[in-house]
Amino acid sequence: MIISPELFQQIIFYVFATFTIGSAMAVVTVKNTIYSALFLVLCFFNTAVLWLLIEAEFLAITLVLVYVGAVMVLFLFVVMMLDVKQAKASQLKQSYTKAALLIAAAMLVQLLILFAYKLSGEIPSNELVRQEQGYSNVAEVGMTLFTQYVYPFEIAAVILLVAIVAAIMLTMRKREGNKQMDASKQININPAERLRVVSMKAEKATTQAQSKEEES
Amino acid sequence: MIETLEFLIFDNLIYILAIVLGVVLTVAYLTYFERKVIAFMHARMGPNRVGPRGLLQPFADVLKLLTKEIIFPKNANKFLFLIAPIITLATAFAAWAVVPFDDGWVLADINAGLVYVLAMTSLGVYGVIIAGWASNSKYALLGALRSAAQIVSYEIAMGFALVGVLVAAGTLNLSDIVRAQEGGFLNWFWLPLLPLFVIYYISGVAETNRAPFDVAEGESEIVAGFHVEYSGAAFALFFLGEYANMIIISALTALMFLGGWYSPFTGDSWIAQPSIFWFLAKTSIFLYAYFWFRASLPRYRYDQIMRLGWKVFIPITIVWIMVVAVMKVYHIGPWWN
Repeated sequence: MIISPELFQQIIFYVFATFTIGSAMAVVTVKNTIYSALFLVLCFFNTAVLWLLIEAEFLAITLVLVYVGAVMVLFLFVVMMLDVKQAKASQLKQSYTKAALLIAAAMLVQLLILFAYKLSGEIPSNELVRQEQGYSNVAEVGMTLFTQYVYPFEIAAVILLVAIVAAIMLTMRKREGNKQMDASKQININPAERLRVVSMKAEKATTQAQSKEEES
Repeated sequence: MIETLEFLIFDNLIYILAIVLGVVLTVAYLTYFERKVIAFMHARMGPNRVGPRGLLQPFADVLKLLTKEIIFPKNANKFLFLIAPIITLATAFAAWAVVPFDDGWVLADINAGLVYVLAMTSLGVYGVIIAGWASNSKYALLGALRSAAQIVSYEIAMGFALVGVLVAAGTLNLSDIVRAQEGGFLNWFWLPLLPLFVIYYISGVAETNRAPFDVAEGESEIVAGFHVEYSGAAFALFFLGEYANMIIISALTALMFLGGWYSPFTGDSWIAQPSIFWFLAKTSIFLYAYFWFRASLPRYRYDQIMRLGWKVFIPITIVWIMVVAVMKVYHIGPWWN
């Protein structure tokens, strides 16, 4: 059996694309929240494979590293802690459906505008632009990010930092009577203030042990 | 083109098999070595009954584990329960794809190798979390939550240490990182990156949930943490994954800070030749250190672990990245001439 590399690549693409869409559908249809989170992980993973197929290996690995390796771990963490009961069918039909459909429709229209109108001339429609073997898109991404887009990049980083600090400030509560440990205090303890070492003469074995020895 | 495809599939399969078999055998004797080292430090004999000097002990253990029954806890999620150890093992093996054993001896010589390794080692936490949740046991869940928080925290320090290496070497390709350290003992990155070197290794120990950071197992409080409900072959897979991760952390430390396959000596003699044996020897140092820690240090308290990761390691790494950048800009030392 002979498969040409092009066909092979197409097969791989369709297999992983099916998995991506299937797992994305499963995220919103599965009732167990843990399963939802795990399907989202699967979805990210398959998306990374699709990106690998268009030779964007740095982005693909970063997607796995950031979203699968860190963000989704925290998601799972939270979902496990929350103890969410399995949603019932009646709950699913309520309220949110219309809003969700509206948002989905808006996103679809935006994407269509972007691809059909704005970028229609820029994306090569039939052939992927392939680079030579020594080409490093890690270096390319880095160069573009830190020269052309350095301000947007830095501003985005600062916004993220602010969000992190704000989230910590919002959730931090000082309770009355909460005994906190201060590591520097613990380390800088002077033993002489707390305990007294008394030197004693060695004692002889107790009489009980002696009597046992005598018996034997 | 068809030939290249066949080459990709069959030759790579052979390489993959060679690496996996090598790792599995190393894991088997690593357990033996661990027990001997710890026994030595406790002034005991260690395993010495099965085979000459107990050398067949690992195989006896494997046989015992494989023939045992896998017990499913009541109401456990069977699918996730079974897939968790597989995830742990698969991610531990996947990271080996980009490890260069010698100049050119690498399965996938990719440009983003360092990020790939970081991504794969960070995926190991899924095995732990899913195992903890699917076991339907509070001890397992507690262990999983501890482990998840710990791994995510130490990953940050680890990532920053890798950024330091990236700045120093100017590349993400693991082979090129080693080549950037060409030369003798003093040319390696351990000296200019000393804080990052220490932090990377310690974070690696924390990331693999080994003593003194093994609160995820915490026998005295939560019996054995996330794998308390596992038995037989499923437990063996967790065990295998944990040790494979230890080896990969040791190997990466050797590659990034101790110059991989380069000899510590300079000159033309046979001992100064770069070879895979240097790489293996350097890896062994760190593997030994794992057991040394385990035999000599008490377990950290949980809040101390978090404090160490967030308040000590991360600030140090951030400062040292700046220092490395400055050193590189001014072409300091034998490293950036």
